[in-house]
Amino acid sequence: MILIHCPYCEEDRPEVEFTYGGEAHIARPLDPSALTDSEWEGYLYIRSNTRGLHAERWRHAHGCARFFNAVRDTVSDRFEVTYKTGEARPAKITQTGGAA
Amino acid sequence: MKRFSGLNLIAEAMNGHKGWPEHWPEKAPKPAYDVIIIGGGGHGLGAAYYLAAKYGITNVAVIEKGWIGGGNGGRNTTIIRSNYLYDESAHLYDHAVKMWDGLSQELNYNVMYSKRGVLMLAHNIHDIQSFKRHIHANRLNGVDNEWLTPEECKAYCPPLDISPNARHPVLGGALQRRGGTARHDTVIWGYARGAVARGVDIIQNCAVTGIRRGPDGAVLGVDTEKGFIGAKKIGVSAAGNTSVVMDMAGLRFPLESYPLQALVSEPVKPIFPCVVMSNTVHAYISQSDKGELVIGAGTDQYVSYSQRGALHIIEHTLAAICEIFPIFTRMRMLRSWGGIVDVTPDRSPILGKTPVAGLYVNCGWGTGGFKATPGAADLLAYTIAHDAPNAINAAFNLDRFRTGRFIDEAAAAAVAH
Ligand SMILES: Cc1cc2nc3c(=O)[nH]c(=O)nc-3n(C[C@H](O)[C@H](O)[C@H](O)COP(=O)(O)OP(=O)(O)OC[C@H]3O[C@@H](n4cnc5c(N)ncnc54)[C@H](O)[C@@H]3O)c2cc1C
Ligand SMILES: [Zn+2]
Repeated sequence: MILIHCPYCEEDRPEVEFTYGGEAHIARPLDPSALTDSEWEGYLYIRSNTRGLHAERWRHAHGCARFFNAVRDTVSDRFEVTYKTGEARPAKITQTGGAA
Repeated sequence: MKRFSGLNLIAEAMNGHKGWPEHWPEKAPKPAYDVIIIGGGGHGLGAAYYLAAKYGITNVAVIEKGWIGGGNGGRNTTIIRSNYLYDESAHLYDHAVKMWDGLSQELNYNVMYSKRGVLMLAHNIHDIQSFKRHIHANRLNGVDNEWLTPEECKAYCPPLDISPNARHPVLGGALQRRGGTARHDTVIWGYARGAVARGVDIIQNCAVTGIRRGPDGAVLGVDTEKGFIGAKKIGVSAAGNTSVVMDMAGLRFPLESYPLQALVSEPVKPIFPCVVMSNTVHAYISQSDKGELVIGAGTDQYVSYSQRGALHIIEHTLAAICEIFPIFTRMRMLRSWGGIVDVTPDRSPILGKTPVAGLYVNCGWGTGGFKATPGAADLLAYTIAHDAPNAINAAFNLDRFRTGRFIDEAAAAAVAH
């Protein structure tokens, strides 16, 4: 089972304690009524679905219950880094195998 | 192509079976084709077959990055059914189920389609209401589906535990008698052999790495590991890797790719006569003609291209199987594996044109596209040949995620299918 480092608990915990929250850094529109149908489509449904390094949300549901972000390699399932909600995606994580 | 027949079999028996030709000889790609299909799964090879067999377009290549059938086409649990809720889905999936009949004869290849019936178990009030709604909707669409009491379920599938105090009590079930299974590999091989016999080139071990477009935006061809290959039209049928391929044409898609796992037991004598699905507990089971119990799980929770999943998903599925069929608690599991399935927001496929001229797509079949193989292949071929969708797949367009005209089987089933 994958071990995931919760940046709040600062511990490596098994995957079953966590729920997946989908792609990270998708900002909610500030003025929803101003959006075109295509912009709504992009916000709601279009996803990067990256083969490689993917920024995504996780929630430590059976722990501190908080959301955080992670960069994971979707080919190997290896977690490169996890970081707190509100922090930017670490710039150094650009290629497979890179570390924070 | 040398046909399989009783006579040819006898003749070959005298000859030590040395006269059977190769099904799909190794080919170097030509500089250009009329149509290129990206992805050598059942859907892509079938599309090439129907382009040649039905529409007379034989200057076609199927380009596969690994070996044909190495993707989900060769990794699935082979369940076939068409009892989907919405009119569009019922027509789409039933188009395929009708084609399974007679496919062995058409391809001169035994795809072992077996109408052993698919029984979906209801474990709670919500299941009962939702299944009965499906049954009524299906009947209005001419799709067979019937309600069975717990005792009738037990009679249809004797290993089932229907005792009222079971962990997952069986309150009834929906049975589609025309549903069943087929041998996944032979579907792929049959289409490949049939396509090659009609002039199609199958190019294996050759990943597509780019899609080239002209100044007007229309496709020019593909960059591959074996160089550039020109094409007037390109059909993408790359299942779990569709987002990656579409990105090559500058398109972003409403898809996410997840691992889906399956496993088989040691082979035993015939004990399990049908297919049983339990959506509520995420477990599907049937017995292959080799004797293995074939068991499918739900998807893993995260986006992945690893073609493997986590053990706790399988544990959950096996726990459910053992509760519903206590007789199997001491069966040993032989192998487990995963495939990468491309899932849309409404859990219905996307089959049609794209915003790029000359580029067509067949994707989003997610956890349930094996059953659709002949139908999806036929409709992709139709759409490419006519540069327009058939009435059956018109609603399964890419625009629906902008217009809101979903075919929301996800909400209808509330689970994977
Ligand atoms: C474990 C599991 C169980 C399933 N059970 C069922 C079931 O019981 N019933 C059901 O109906 N469905 C089931 N499915 C779903 C079904 O398998 C798929 O929907 C269906 O097989 C997809 O169509 P395909 O056969 O053409 O895909 P694939 O066989 O995956 O074909 C796509 C091909 O595209 C190739 N490709 C990708 N990228 C490139 C590239 N860049 N260049 C060249 N080639 C490329 C891949 O290598 C692959 O061979 C299951 C899937 C899995 C994984
Ligand atoms: Zn935590």
